[in-house]
Amino acid sequence: MRRYFGRKLLIYGLTFVVAVTINWMIPRFMPGDPVASMLARARVSQPEAVEAMRAYYTSLFGFDQPVWQQYLGFWGALLRGDFGISIWVFPTPVSTVIMGAVPYTLALMIPSVLLSWVVGNRLGAYAARRKLLDNTVLPVGYVLTATPYMWLAVLLAWGFGVILGWFPVAGGYSFSTRPNWSLDFVLDLLHHWALPFASLFLVALGGWAIGMRNMIIYELESDYANYLSALGAPQRLIRRYAFRNAVLPQITGLALQLGVLVAGALVTEIVFSYPGLGSLILKAIQNQDFFLLQGTFLFIVLGVLVANFVIDIVYVVVDPRTRAGMAGATA
Amino acid sequence: MSLRVTDLKVHYQTLKGEVRALDGVSFEVGDGEILGLAGESGCGKTTLGKSLIRMDGRMRHIGGRVELDGEELPVGDDRRMNPFRFHKVSLVPQYSMSAMNPTRKIGRMVGELLRSRGVPLDAEKLAARLDLVGLSPEVLGRYPIELSGGMKQRMVMVISTLLDPSLLIADEVTSALDVSTQKGVATALAGFRDNGVVNSMIFITHDISLTYQIADKIMIMYAGKVVERAPAKVIVEAPRHPYTKLLIDSLPEVGVRYADRRLSGIPGGPPSLLDPPTGCRFRDRCPLAFDKCAQEPPAAEIEPGHVVACWKA
Repeated sequence: MRRYFGRKLLIYGLTFVVAVTINWMIPRFMPGDPVASMLARARVSQPEAVEAMRAYYTSLFGFDQPVWQQYLGFWGALLRGDFGISIWVFPTPVSTVIMGAVPYTLALMIPSVLLSWVVGNRLGAYAARRKLLDNTVLPVGYVLTATPYMWLAVLLAWGFGVILGWFPVAGGYSFSTRPNWSLDFVLDLLHHWALPFASLFLVALGGWAIGMRNMIIYELESDYANYLSALGAPQRLIRRYAFRNAVLPQITGLALQLGVLVAGALVTEIVFSYPGLGSLILKAIQNQDFFLLQGTFLFIVLGVLVANFVIDIVYVVVDPRTRAGMAGATA
Repeated sequence: MSLRVTDLKVHYQTLKGEVRALDGVSFEVGDGEILGLAGESGCGKTTLGKSLIRMDGRMRHIGGRVELDGEELPVGDDRRMNPFRFHKVSLVPQYSMSAMNPTRKIGRMVGELLRSRGVPLDAEKLAARLDLVGLSPEVLGRYPIELSGGMKQRMVMVISTLLDPSLLIADEVTSALDVSTQKGVATALAGFRDNGVVNSMIFITHDISLTYQIADKIMIMYAGKVVERAPAKVIVEAPRHPYTKLLIDSLPEVGVRYADRRLSGIPGGPPSLLDPPTGCRFRDRCPLAFDKCAQEPPAAEIEPGHVVACWKA
């Protein structure tokens, strides 16, 4: 057991290092000069002043150092929890900017991922036993799962926001309010949250339902299900076993899908101008703010890795076969 | 008489049409008797086993009666058949290696199965049965993957016979085992009969030499029909049907050097049951076939307990 988790942690550690390195590289080798764009924004006309500002910014962001030193310095700062200073909202530290966005992204991701998984599995399991339900769940599921996140998001925004006017189409809360803990503000938050949540939830739902339906049908035809039927066990018991076993690949699927789901959430946030990490990434790219970009990516990588690790642990808890594989079979 | 099957017909529904897997099978199994059921693959022996307990979705009961202890078994009616399953008729399946739910501890699974059939778990009885097949009660706390193949096989045997069924169908129970464990499993099955756990048994296999060791009577099937049924000793030593003779001849014998005498197989293959030929179905492969074989030979009792379906017997 310890060896298993040791190996897993090593793999996750390596992934983290590689991700951080790539993450550091991409913005730096991207075309464009962030300092130049900051200077342009400052609209200073005297050449001396421009030179002075350029020198100041360059040393502030450490661009005057050799690349390898920037890289090492990056790791050093990272370990101290220092992601640098944002160029876009200069001089706010990147960590502060990200922390302001993370709650929104998490509030969108966690419920939509978990709920779509749970509801999708239930729906798929029901579809596997009722012809009528199967004939509706399956095509609807295929359509939903094939829908691009942003397209469904746009459709929902148009239908429920613009045409019906039931929900706001942009922002995390009304522009007229300031964040506080009053009931009104929380309701306002929920009101803005509903559409982005719905689009994420619906797209993911279809995939889970189809996967579960197929797995359940496979399990219901397995040997243990046949044996139990031959011994006259009621369908209820057999279905319970089948569901329990069919959920296992779905858990693996969840781990695999996590990256896709995060990407989907980012795009959805952009559609709804939701103040989460996705919108932040867009802003960072538009402003060539590579500290912010790095910080956000890092956060996402960290989030996906942690979530995968949690799923690994869950899998070990629910599937005895993985446990036996770790300990070596005792015959 | 424990089991009486009369003219049982079961067809498979396929896209190409009806496959007549069982085409008028009649036989009896006496109290305390083990009937060995042998034949090459596709002859209908597993279909017969399944028909007596649970038909799968493609199987159709076309005709014939099955009586167990004087009561008619509604083999064609899945719902009405259910009360008989496990209580009266039970099965040790071909696939014992994977017959248990892989994610449940065995003890818990047995408990849940019994409760679902409305029977309380009798721990002492279970322990005694495990002891009977040489398993320790510890296995109940394990997952199926933690058991060896032979252990799984014996565990399934214990589960299947826990409610003391009148008839036990053992379907190819030894096929997946190595030779050293085959004998053990076969004797354990015979032990169930000897201890009165089960009243009678149908032992389905393609291994005639193994059947001979535990069966009282042997029935040979070919292409959905019974060709010969006789006491085990008679089948092996004095078979009358040409198919049985060839089947016995194709078995290797200990101490015979086959460099001198080539082991004979049976040339050709069984006919398609989608549209079976009229007359004797073994005709095309039979060395003794003659004109009359174009008519179907009746099953004739040539001496008490010895039934043969051949014009030349």
